[in-house]
Amino acid sequence: MKLQPVIGLEIHVELKTKTGMFCGCSADHFGKAPNTNTCPVCLGLPGALPVPNHQAIDWALMVGLALNCRVNLESTFDRKHYFYPDLPKGYQISQYDDPFCQQGFLTLESGKKIRINRVHLEEDTAKMQHKTVDGKKLTLVDFNRSGVPLVEIVTEPDIASGAEAKEFLKKLRDILRSLAVSDCDMEKGSMRLEPNISWSQSADKLAKYKVEIKNLNSFRFAEGGIDYELQRQKEILDRGETPVQETRGYKPAEHKTFSQRVKETAADYRYFPEPDIPPIVLTQAYVEALRGKLPKLPEILVQELVKDFHLSLSTAQLLIKEPLKLAYFKKYNHEVEPKTLANLIVNKKIDLNQPPQLKTDSQAIDPKIIDEVLKENADVIAKYKAGKTSVIGFLVGQVMKLTHGQVDPKSVQQELLKRLQVPNLKF
Amino acid sequence: MKVDTTLVKHIAKLGNLTLSEAEIKLYTRQIKSILAYIETLNKVDTANIKPTYQTLDKTTNVWREDKLQPERGLTQKQALSQAKKTYQGYFVADHVFSQSAKKTSTKLDKRRQIDKYNAILTEVNSRGNLGVKDLFCTKNIETTAGSAVLSGYKPQYSATLIEKLEKIGFRIKNKLNQDAWGHGSSGENSDFGPTKNPWDTTRVPGGSSSGSAVAVVTQDVEVATGTDTCGSIRLPSNYTNICGLKPTYGALSRYGVIAFASSLDCPGLFARSVAKLKTVFSQVAGFDPKDPTSQSQARNKAENKKIRTIGLPREFFTQGLNSEIKNLIQAAAKRLEKKGYWIKTVSLPHSAYGIAAYYLIAPTETGSNLGRYDGVRYGQDRSYFGAEAKRRIMLGVFASSAGYSAKYYTKAAKIRTLIIQDFYRAFKQVDVILAPVAPMPPFKIGEKSANPLEMYLADIYAAPASLAGLPSLAIPCGFTKNKLPVGMQLVGPRWSEPSLFELGEEYQKITDWHLQKPKL
Repeated sequence: MKLQPVIGLEIHVELKTKTGMFCGCSADHFGKAPNTNTCPVCLGLPGALPVPNHQAIDWALMVGLALNCRVNLESTFDRKHYFYPDLPKGYQISQYDDPFCQQGFLTLESGKKIRINRVHLEEDTAKMQHKTVDGKKLTLVDFNRSGVPLVEIVTEPDIASGAEAKEFLKKLRDILRSLAVSDCDMEKGSMRLEPNISWSQSADKLAKYKVEIKNLNSFRFAEGGIDYELQRQKEILDRGETPVQETRGYKPAEHKTFSQRVKETAADYRYFPEPDIPPIVLTQAYVEALRGKLPKLPEILVQELVKDFHLSLSTAQLLIKEPLKLAYFKKYNHEVEPKTLANLIVNKKIDLNQPPQLKTDSQAIDPKIIDEVLKENADVIAKYKAGKTSVIGFLVGQVMKLTHGQVDPKSVQQELLKRLQVPNLKF
Repeated sequence: MKVDTTLVKHIAKLGNLTLSEAEIKLYTRQIKSILAYIETLNKVDTANIKPTYQTLDKTTNVWREDKLQPERGLTQKQALSQAKKTYQGYFVADHVFSQSAKKTSTKLDKRRQIDKYNAILTEVNSRGNLGVKDLFCTKNIETTAGSAVLSGYKPQYSATLIEKLEKIGFRIKNKLNQDAWGHGSSGENSDFGPTKNPWDTTRVPGGSSSGSAVAVVTQDVEVATGTDTCGSIRLPSNYTNICGLKPTYGALSRYGVIAFASSLDCPGLFARSVAKLKTVFSQVAGFDPKDPTSQSQARNKAENKKIRTIGLPREFFTQGLNSEIKNLIQAAAKRLEKKGYWIKTVSLPHSAYGIAAYYLIAPTETGSNLGRYDGVRYGQDRSYFGAEAKRRIMLGVFASSAGYSAKYYTKAAKIRTLIIQDFYRAFKQVDVILAPVAPMPPFKIGEKSANPLEMYLADIYAAPASLAGLPSLAIPCGFTKNKLPVGMQLVGPRWSEPSLFELGEEYQKITDWHLQKPKL
């Protein structure tokens, strides 16, 4: 019997809305004194009622759309019940039967598609600390984080290795950052990963057990934890035994997982529709308007940067990591030779808060060089004339190269534009 | 399905309750008998019926723009103010990785009884004119929900309805006794002792808003707030000879009203005349941005229809209705007929299933709503819940647990749809429905406490309007030969309060039942 690794991921992402999922407290909870960012709603006081955050709903939908999901035009919030000191109401407002988005996918470099089961919205819990005070073990609770919007992304168990998981997670983080909906800062806990791992005959026929790893705070640890866990389980299975169904932690120093909590039976969360919140019913037009707001996805952006500006793949990838850097590049690539500009930005040699400082003592441009560049790049000029005006940056770059950077790129561009003026050229 | 002690222990664990062996046995027996009654729902074919979880006129997309609301924020001091234990700005909970010690409640200091009917729990302002059911949060004023769990709790904020009443000149005089959490029909389930009926102090005043009704009939206050989840305003109104309004679901904000069953809870009002109810209600009804279920657009579109035809629902006059009550209701209908109204018999065929559906939906929601009481941020821990609260948590956790929720909770939600459809058909034939509120007059304190199911059936005529989210106005219509008050309810379509008030006022112009007072 041939077994294969079956790995699924559950990812929680804190949205960087201004306010909470269901209340007007600040969603920026990090580093504040304990219990200084609460109200009756997120503290779960008797009689308080939740009101959903419109922005959080739109962003959850955009995450789903970016992951190629189907949007449910009718969705509801549901109550998920369990008791823990970090859950103020004894239930978490989440989504069960009708989440906002379902059935998407994300494609890896290899072309393999990792299917997305669902993307839904819920509220974050409080933060706990476990301390011994006067010889007594206590759990201390801070509700500042309680009620911050969380998007939960659940994959199908399509992942086959730690490396695939890592690639998926990196791609997902790039997408979420390009949407500008979350910082995805693992250190601060604004992106949290929970892989579940088993060996099975196929992804459709799941194993009788499932092991979950919690509290992984880097992609590298996720990769290490998954690979260790696959190996550990394989050894157990090879002995003819079945691994225990449990939640495990990961010790990075030893590259090992360890048992945290054994789960005897599946939890019974007693889901039912949240009676305090009317359903969310969207029109297709509403969804399409959100789709229209999606920025270009990272992969496409990289491809375009490489093609249009002849940037190296690695520079392009670095440039798109932060929306600020990319915006700066787009704003000034007509003024500064794009490759030079991109390098300055990714090497942090330029202040993004002000326009690029240009050399003013540059020499006059030798018209012969311009002629030469225009002659040798007939194909690029053809593109320009076809309306792809961004290629001007490439031409500027060529002139800069031939003049060894001794001229002002802005003047070069002006000169080039002058020479390229063609009647009937439509923009 | 087998209900045995193993299952009941599992449910107790799911509901985070620690029960004694005696309690396990008791609840096993009682849940069995309640479920046997609920089996009656299986007679109804619900195959193609969509479940109803909310009655909101198809309201959707109630949301808030992403703006900070610092005015609602609490300081660290306020947040921690009601906690038993804190440490350097943190709340303190039991260590989650240690086996926690079994919790047992210790008797709280006995509350001093303030008035002879035990209607008042907290005196606020002797010059006030408003009575407030203790389910309404009142900032810095003790709010117990009638439960030992919240004894001593001083909320950090006030309910929207209380703020609105204060804005139009009311001042809180007293916080009033009630069945704990709203669970009850008699007032006997208060953890602070039963409230007594001023017409006969050996009898119950009706519940759960028992203290509110008594405060109004004894003229301690002009107006009192109450809540009606399944008769908790209408029953005490009728048992004490005053007027009570259970508004359309969503008409008055629920924000700050301690939740019992969220899809059914209707905050409402008590007064001695319909005219007074009308005046106050019209000033406090309205959208509340803090309560998404108060935001139906249908509210402003309802037309104030002059009532011409009154319907008597056939099914309400057969199910063991006390004959004196039956005669008084029919006499009231006759009086109105003489005034020129058409009286017609209508049918609400699924109303007989109302209580069974209600005792699945309400416990499921209360089992969820009472989850927050863990004694960490406010109040006492879960061992302080009284017998009825525990019973309903157990029933609700069972009805919504894996494997049972489709059979019970979803089934009940489908029956709810059928009850709504019954009313929809009836209101095509008549403008309003006139019906009894309770099948029996005020009963003796202690008479029904041994049999929860018998007590639950006191609300059989209250359940349909609650499940359908309809307004119902309860008004006095006579006395039994033993001089016990009897009342009736006028049930109209959603948002028909103005029409109900008009008919109620007209009835009170031609009768003087509501002017009769008990000897104090």
